[in-house]
Amino acid sequence: MNAVVSDNRLAILDHSRLRSRASAKGEGRGHVSVRGLSIEFDHNGGKRAAVQNAELDIRPGEFVCLLGPSGCGKSTLLNAIAGFVQPTRGTLSVDAQPVAGPGPDRGMVFQQHSLFPWKTVRENVAFGPLMAGVGRQEATSVARTFLSLVGLAAFEDAYPGTLSGGMQQRVGIARALANYPSVLLMDEPFGALDAQTRIMMQENLLEIWREFRNTVVFVTHDIDEAVFLSDRIVVMSASPGRIIADIRVELPRPREQTLLTSAEFMDYKRQCLDLIRQETLRAFQQQNGG
Amino acid sequence: MSVKPNPAFEPAEPTPAPLPTPRLAAAPSPADAPAVTLPRRRLPAMTGRYLVRALALLMALVVWHVATVTGFNFFVNFENVPAPLVVGQTLLAELASRDFYLHIAHSLGRVALAYAYAVVLGVLTGVLIGRSRWAEDIILPYIELFRPIPAVAWIPLAILMLPTEQSSIVFITFLGAFFPIVLNTVHGVEQTPDVLVRAARSLGANNRAILWHVVIPGAMPSIVAGLAIGMGVAWFSLLAGEIISGQYGIGYFTWNSYTLVQYPEIIIGMLTIGGLGTLSTLLVRKACTPLLRWQAKGGRP
Repeated sequence: MNAVVSDNRLAILDHSRLRSRASAKGEGRGHVSVRGLSIEFDHNGGKRAAVQNAELDIRPGEFVCLLGPSGCGKSTLLNAIAGFVQPTRGTLSVDAQPVAGPGPDRGMVFQQHSLFPWKTVRENVAFGPLMAGVGRQEATSVARTFLSLVGLAAFEDAYPGTLSGGMQQRVGIARALANYPSVLLMDEPFGALDAQTRIMMQENLLEIWREFRNTVVFVTHDIDEAVFLSDRIVVMSASPGRIIADIRVELPRPREQTLLTSAEFMDYKRQCLDLIRQETLRAFQQQNGG
Repeated sequence: MSVKPNPAFEPAEPTPAPLPTPRLAAAPSPADAPAVTLPRRRLPAMTGRYLVRALALLMALVVWHVATVTGFNFFVNFENVPAPLVVGQTLLAELASRDFYLHIAHSLGRVALAYAYAVVLGVLTGVLIGRSRWAEDIILPYIELFRPIPAVAWIPLAILMLPTEQSSIVFITFLGAFFPIVLNTVHGVEQTPDVLVRAARSLGANNRAILWHVVIPGAMPSIVAGLAIGMGVAWFSLLAGEIISGQYGIGYFTWNSYTLVQYPEIIIGMLTIGGLGTLSTLLVRKACTPLLRWQAKGGRP
């Protein structure tokens, strides 16, 4: 499939790499499979389940949001897919490969402050390719490509500390994508941004994803964000974290800001709101010893 | 400088970027930034402050002068203290003598050698302790035990154990610089933000790359603070070491003047050590600024 390049800055992407990834095994790469997954942490001498018996299948190229109240283990599940957290029970694999640890096939975008402050914006983005063993020159050119993609080519020599929060997150996205990961993992990446910047970033992300079509697993507690972005919303309950709903979002793409006030959007939002509300109430009662 | 600039985080282009970078991120507050690099201030304000500093030093001279001229003696006795003008005359005489420069040259040589050892061994040991639990458990008890021992206390053992006078003095000076460097390096290395290590791992970095690209540059502000403190301590340990020497060195010069009851010379020796210590500490900080360029540009994590 030849992507229609609507925007000039997208034309510079390495389309051969995107395509080879898409046609590797007939189907695209980025299949995430979670089977009977439980994750427990030591807690006051006992064990506390952050994730309990999670079953999840994410198809290649799907945009999935993990939605839930804070403390529901959605970030833990994401960290397990990233390879930072070891599951207590169950299995976890990406493209039939069991997850054994972090790796460049699963790009990670953190909530904030994850750029190397001592590296310039360009050096941050070039880091992944450099670790992959391409030369410094090649890594720099890849970095420039991805910085243009997120609209920050003019800031390549700046240090992260001089950029705004939104710009830093765009660098973070460029850095994760520079490895051409089959799965992009995002842990509340826009959670620390103001509302206006967040909406711009969401549109920006969808625009980039339209080009890449890689799998995205996006953690958020913001219902609007989840409905606006995803093909599928996986709703999780609070402690212990269980998957309680799997909602397919059939809103047309490309999605724009005007969608946020449409009737269909409101329907999805209401559905999620009800689920989250029930869960939050339950968690409240639990905390109050009820 | 003995700290090699790390090519991995040294920006490719030496010229600062002429970008209209918006300063949206909050500037680092002086409270959380180590006092290694002063933020760039407006020039007139800075010259004004230097003027105040110079006046403050001048004031001490005036107080000293008045106290010696009037023979001030209440608890603190100035009767036998040489007046600043006498010291000034002696200083001019010393500056004209070849020996004075020989003393300084010997001391500079010893400090340079001792400091070079301290930087290399201190940073290496610090990184090792900060990164390895084993190294921490084996080495740290020694550091804690030996650190409070003053340099003078090492003189007898240094003389007994080391082959030459020179090596004893260098050893004692080295000890002074070594401990602050080790401890600051350990502190910096242990403070590596976990999220940066995770980010590096998910980008495909192995342990060595993480050490080189994340841990060491992250610890650099703390290491540089240790290097600056270490240089100061090196100078005051040097004086203790040079008590051994029977020939040259500014510490020997000061000590010898005391035994010969040459009071103006004592003060000159003291001030020379103070001046050289300040200058060399300044030099260390200047030499290290390229390593912390990211911080000067508001790059706190």
